Amino acid sequence: MLDAIGIKSIDDLFAEIPKDLRIDGLKNIPKGLNELDISKLLKERAAKDHAGLCFIGAGAYEHYIPAVVSDLTSRGEFLTAYTPYQAEASQGTLQVIYEYQSMICNLMQMETSNASMYDGASALSEAILMALRLHKNKQAKTILLPQALHPTYRKVIKTITKPHHLELVTIPYDPKTGTITLDTLKAYTNNNVAAIVIAQPNFFGALEDVDAITDWAHQNSILVIGNLNPIAAALLKPPGSWGESGADIAAGDGQPLGAPLANGGPYFGYMCAKKENIRQLPGRIVGRTTDKDGKTGFVLTLQAREQHIRRGKATSNICSNQALMATGATIYMSLLGAEGLRRVAAASNANANLLRKRLLKIEGISAVFNNTFFHEFVIKLQKPVGEVLSNLANKGVQGGFDLSIDYPKLGNSLLICTTETKSEDDLEFYARQLEEIL
Amino acid sequence: MTKLIFEKSRKDRRAYSLAPLKNHKINIDAKFLRNAAPILPEVSELEVVRHYTRLSQKNFSVDTHFYPLGSCTMKYNPHILQNLSTLNGFTSNHPSVSEKFSQGMMQCLFEAQEYLKEITGFQGVSLTPSAGAQGEFAGVSMIYAYHEARGDKGRVEMIVPDAAHGTNPASATMYGYTVREIPTLCDGDIDIEALKNAVGPQTAGILLTNPSTLGVFERKIKEISKIIHDAGGLLYYDGANLNAILGKARPGDMGFDVMHMNLHKTFGTPHGGGGPGSGPVAVNNTLLPFLPIPMVGKKNDLYIWLTEKDCPQTIGRLSAFAGNIGIVLRAYIYIRLLGAAGLKRVGEYSTLNSNYLLRVLQKLGFTAAYPDRLAPHEFIITLIKEAKEFGITAKDFGKRLLDYGVHAPTTYFPALVPECFLIEPTETESKQEIDAFAEIMAKILAEIKTNSDLVKGAPYTMPVKRLDDVKAAKDMDFMWRGQK
Repeated sequence: MLDAIGIKSIDDLFAEIPKDLRIDGLKNIPKGLNELDISKLLKERAAKDHAGLCFIGAGAYEHYIPAVVSDLTSRGEFLTAYTPYQAEASQGTLQVIYEYQSMICNLMQMETSNASMYDGASALSEAILMALRLHKNKQAKTILLPQALHPTYRKVIKTITKPHHLELVTIPYDPKTGTITLDTLKAYTNNNVAAIVIAQPNFFGALEDVDAITDWAHQNSILVIGNLNPIAAALLKPPGSWGESGADIAAGDGQPLGAPLANGGPYFGYMCAKKENIRQLPGRIVGRTTDKDGKTGFVLTLQAREQHIRRGKATSNICSNQALMATGATIYMSLLGAEGLRRVAAASNANANLLRKRLLKIEGISAVFNNTFFHEFVIKLQKPVGEVLSNLANKGVQGGFDLSIDYPKLGNSLLICTTETKSEDDLEFYARQLEEIL
Repeated sequence: MTKLIFEKSRKDRRAYSLAPLKNHKINIDAKFLRNAAPILPEVSELEVVRHYTRLSQKNFSVDTHFYPLGSCTMKYNPHILQNLSTLNGFTSNHPSVSEKFSQGMMQCLFEAQEYLKEITGFQGVSLTPSAGAQGEFAGVSMIYAYHEARGDKGRVEMIVPDAAHGTNPASATMYGYTVREIPTLCDGDIDIEALKNAVGPQTAGILLTNPSTLGVFERKIKEISKIIHDAGGLLYYDGANLNAILGKARPGDMGFDVMHMNLHKTFGTPHGGGGPGSGPVAVNNTLLPFLPIPMVGKKNDLYIWLTEKDCPQTIGRLSAFAGNIGIVLRAYIYIRLLGAAGLKRVGEYSTLNSNYLLRVLQKLGFTAAYPDRLAPHEFIITLIKEAKEFGITAKDFGKRLLDYGVHAPTTYFPALVPECFLIEPTETESKQEIDAFAEIMAKILAEIKTNSDLVKGAPYTMPVKRLDDVKAAKDMDFMWRGQK
């Protein structure tokens, strides 16, 4: 090969790199391991990471994932393909994304979807940027974010929208219910508000009056971004039918649809919009078309929105997305169907109600809110939450999410999640451990 | 086509023996509930398995086909990466568990940070960006934060060479910068005179890829670095082409201040049909305080998350948790598998394969865009001559390659070179595989000369023939709406 190139050594290939910039190998990288040794090393490390029975939600939810999901997404043909630029040789990935778009649109009752975003936080941030592009009043630079929206989502939105000099206004929750009330909203009626984000359920697990909030927003020329847990969507009113005319954009995390907890990623973000606004939707979109014989096929379409065509004028800089996770979600939704998803959601809700009732009987535990919730609820302890969680963890229970850091006004409050993965014995086990500690 | 999964649906058919069957009573007021169930397929488990297995078989992939997609580094993804990164301990933990229950994962991440510093020649690494483009956003954001912290206002321009990836100008614009394009000379290097004229007190920085997207190493990089730094700007390195110099040269040594890596390109993690990727950022001391969080630190013998408290000047968070940790784990395994010597071999063999293929193709009559330059890990050929003489396009040629069982190279990028192919064979292909590809290329060139209509009509052997992009954009059929 060297002869064919007309050089004497491999180093000659690097002749164009200035000599003083060339290095002689990498000093602080260990020697390579063979497959057996790396397996031993990683298995040792993985064995350290077992936290126990999980009752934490707070943006990442443990659901049972059928074996078929990872078996199919691990197929090399899905796993080791790239973005389907060559449509004729990528009909597999393209049809999966078309089916994904169809399923997530039906779940959210929206008209169009992209092929996925990085995660819920980035999808919401992009949804806000999209809302600014859509809003007729270009001076409208205020975005309303509920205080009961995931605290980290609010931080990510701040990072990503910083260059747009927006006013991110926090809407407080009603201390009785943990939700937004229309009376509170009235204080924010002015011409500068571009959009409001509505999380359903919100960070406390509570259900918002989405119809009333959506109608209020639209009456005030405020665009609505719905952030619905996709498992909850099997039961709850989808963003597309909120209020008189539905949310304008739906965006959130798709992780509950078949992605493992996996320390927080990879997950994927879903993002849907009304069809009339599709040209402002960021990311890849798959469309159905025909080949020259009239046979149906699929292609990436409306690419004039994207960075590789529009460069500096693109809707977003997004290039890679989370296609494989969306593939997993498509397979997950196919396996469960509407009735399966409904049962997962119903079991999660029923378990949460059972556990809350049981815990409130324990001395030293009180309710924080009086509301309707999906699969997460808040309780108040008489001891510092961090200490209680640490004791629970030592007993093999990840007891929930400590709210006292992000919501100091709530005192020693704990956010607890149950999904369909918990049996009645698990719930009772949790209650007993907590009883012992308190 | 394979029917849509929706079209295989039959009322009340079920695959969810695994979903809870107990008749759980929900406790939610009717006003919150949806009126009708969402329309999702009702199919059996076997139907799901067959459907998606069949669909997968309609894809070209690295596991099944030669995939010389330039700028994307479609190298082999060792299966052990998938196997070990999905061990139960790594997939079952909730992101909010206390650090002491995630020490195995955190040790891998901490070491990955250290290794990536060494590989890039930088002083700090954050693994949190979810993809290259998010890494770019983080990098541009750090450059902004640096100028802002110094009270250096008025730096409103970001310089981007005309050959840059589309994400570069898009990232700069996303951060509110005005993009100033500078031209490339006919040897592929940046026009230094134009650069000198472009810089000034308005310059925030420059976004560069080196080796560039034109498939050449930017020889005057040190001079460029001096021009930008003297003007008060910073240099951003787009790590898309890091594979070419792995173990041979480091962006940190070239004068760059910040860069992102594409773990799904350089570090062997799979591309997943478009993602998930992972785009860690590396910085020198100048930008250290601004790195996005969380990062992994070490306190006594415990690995801990570094957050707002530890990094008060951070540009902030980019994802709900810590980014695509599962992908970082795969890259970590890749680095440990190859070790120092293996990583250097990546740089060497990817460059060797690329230069070899370039010379072979030149001998077969193809026109190199930069014939007098050494190729790094990828190179450009232009089909402009064939286009003029026989009326074919690079797109036609690419589609014909599919018939021969090869994925087309990147076409029409960079836009500077007309009718171009950006070809990247990667280090994991054998000489035999590369020779076979060259033979196919020669065969198609012959077809063009004798029967160009054959090439114009390609492909013939794929699940579908040439697809109508215009119709797709016009019909706007993005979701299934029931039987037609």
